[in-house]
Amino acid sequence: MDTSGLRLEHRYDVELVAVTKRYGGTVAVDGISLRIPRATYCCLLGPSGCGKTSTLRMIAGHEVVSEGDVLIHDTNVTDLPPVRRGTAMMFQSYALFPHLTCLDNVAFSLKARGVPKPERHRRARDYLARVHLQDYAERLPGQLSGGQQQRVALARALITEPRILLLDEPLSALDPFLRGQVREELKRLQRELGITFIHVTHSQDEAMALADMMVIMEAGRIRQAGPPREVFERPADAFVARFIGGHNILRDDTGMVAVRADRCRLGMAAGAPHIRGRVAAVEYQGSSVRVALAVDDGPALSVVMPDDRFFAGPVQPGEEAALSWSAQDAHAIPERA
Amino acid sequence: MIAIGARGRDPRERRPWTFYALAVLMGTFLLFLYGPMFVIYLLSFQGPNGGVTFPMVGFSTVWFEDIVKPGQMANIPVSFGRSILLASIVSLITVLVSVAAGLGFRRRFRGSGILFYLAVASLVMPSLLVGFGIGLGFQLFGWQPDLLSSALAAQLTWTLPFGLFAMFAVFNRFNRSYEEAATDLGANAWQRLRWVTLPILLPGILGVAMGAFTLSYDEYARTTLVAGNRNTLPLEIYALISSSTSPTLFAIGTLTTTVSFVVIGITLALVLRMQRRRALARTG
Repeated sequence: MDTSGLRLEHRYDVELVAVTKRYGGTVAVDGISLRIPRATYCCLLGPSGCGKTSTLRMIAGHEVVSEGDVLIHDTNVTDLPPVRRGTAMMFQSYALFPHLTCLDNVAFSLKARGVPKPERHRRARDYLARVHLQDYAERLPGQLSGGQQQRVALARALITEPRILLLDEPLSALDPFLRGQVREELKRLQRELGITFIHVTHSQDEAMALADMMVIMEAGRIRQAGPPREVFERPADAFVARFIGGHNILRDDTGMVAVRADRCRLGMAAGAPHIRGRVAAVEYQGSSVRVALAVDDGPALSVVMPDDRFFAGPVQPGEEAALSWSAQDAHAIPERA
Repeated sequence: MIAIGARGRDPRERRPWTFYALAVLMGTFLLFLYGPMFVIYLLSFQGPNGGVTFPMVGFSTVWFEDIVKPGQMANIPVSFGRSILLASIVSLITVLVSVAAGLGFRRRFRGSGILFYLAVASLVMPSLLVGFGIGLGFQLFGWQPDLLSSALAAQLTWTLPFGLFAMFAVFNRFNRSYEEAATDLGANAWQRLRWVTLPILLPGILGVAMGAFTLSYDEYARTTLVAGNRNTLPLEIYALISSSTSPTLFAIGTLTTTVSFVVIGITLALVLRMQRRRALARTG
């Protein structure tokens, strides 16, 4: 707890050093190391069971670290309780206390610290106003919509003035329209507060849209960590390429390569590598069209092209087709991930 | 789709004959369940010259007045008071123990399975034998059986396992992330219990309290051998049945049932009010 006085500039907001989590005999998180620079929007991304939520919960202090260390602002917090880490967590189902009004929910942490009622209610009202819910102070969580509940949960977390905000699938309970809106709000908030957000999600769209740093996990290990653009343009392995989508895993004379589906073309071109197959499906997506290609004893491939190019020479499911790409778009990936 | 209003069913959607057969079965069951009780309620308003069977000879409340008049019924109001006192104590202890046990059993500990079965086994023990055993034990140690010692213990062997079962069901539906959120917001263990866990579980806890109260209030088999000199209401009524036959017995039955229903009604109203206030956190 170094909240006063001269503070040395820390290098990383969060640092994980060979962190492992075991539940009985199963390993949920397998010796991961990660450095999250200051004021970063970091997304932990991966399929369910990949260890992303366990990692988040270990940073929060809700899960005991089996091995390794967790550092926050250069301080080792591995054995500290959640309240002394300077983290705040927003739970997946929000976990708003159903018997307390929104005001009392937001004021809860101040009450636990013994702040007198008028003072804590005044501050809770400030935070409710920040999320535009000042008129809902006396309502119970059950009387609010999902989006409103999410904002109360956010206010309740932020009133603790956390150094790190941890979000466990914060958008999964919202409908798609609201999701986009809240996504923008989260990003704006993070930029305004200038603190690190760690956001667990299984949606690559969400991670791409939000993250400064994207951490892709699988089977308890980190497959790749970096800015979304770097991950998308240079996926570290076939798993990452498949998981973030929009890539074809192909083979040329150099070995295995990943090629973005929007860089692939239908038909053959002179001197360009290609693969033959059959059109399996055509998906109209508005500004683009996705053509799925089935290849004998190969993985499913797809070509994404602008709508005008597709309609200039449309294909039908069942037709024979070839997929070609240019060597400069091919990104080599290791043979066996 | 054709809108089928609240007014009725689509005539094309016919119910199968089994629906009517099962409805008759259910109706008969309800008649057997509540019929005898209604007969007793009705007969308790028998006229002053009427007997314990039909026909009703007029309509009066003299049998209710009989209960509070000094005379052979003198013990009824006193034993009613004892039963209420005992049931309150039983209910309180049951709630305290079963809430604590429910909290403890959430964490799997060594021997928790065996402990659970041991606690629950007394539900299947023959009730009369439990009372007999406790009475025997008291005699062995030379203790005097009494309402608030041996009778209390005998009733707890019945209400505690029940309370434990009910609390397990309550805790099963409890989402632990409420507690994690409280910890995350800096609450210590005591604050978390007082401000979050207990208030959220309160409807379930009230249910256990009510259940234990009514179980104790009409307990007979376990209590009869260990009540000592001070009879509870069910014991007093049983004694009366063998010594007198008048509609007063029915009046007592009507009154005690009313008490049970009032207790249940108040608890249900409280729980419903709480639940309505909270609505459902997931909706909306």
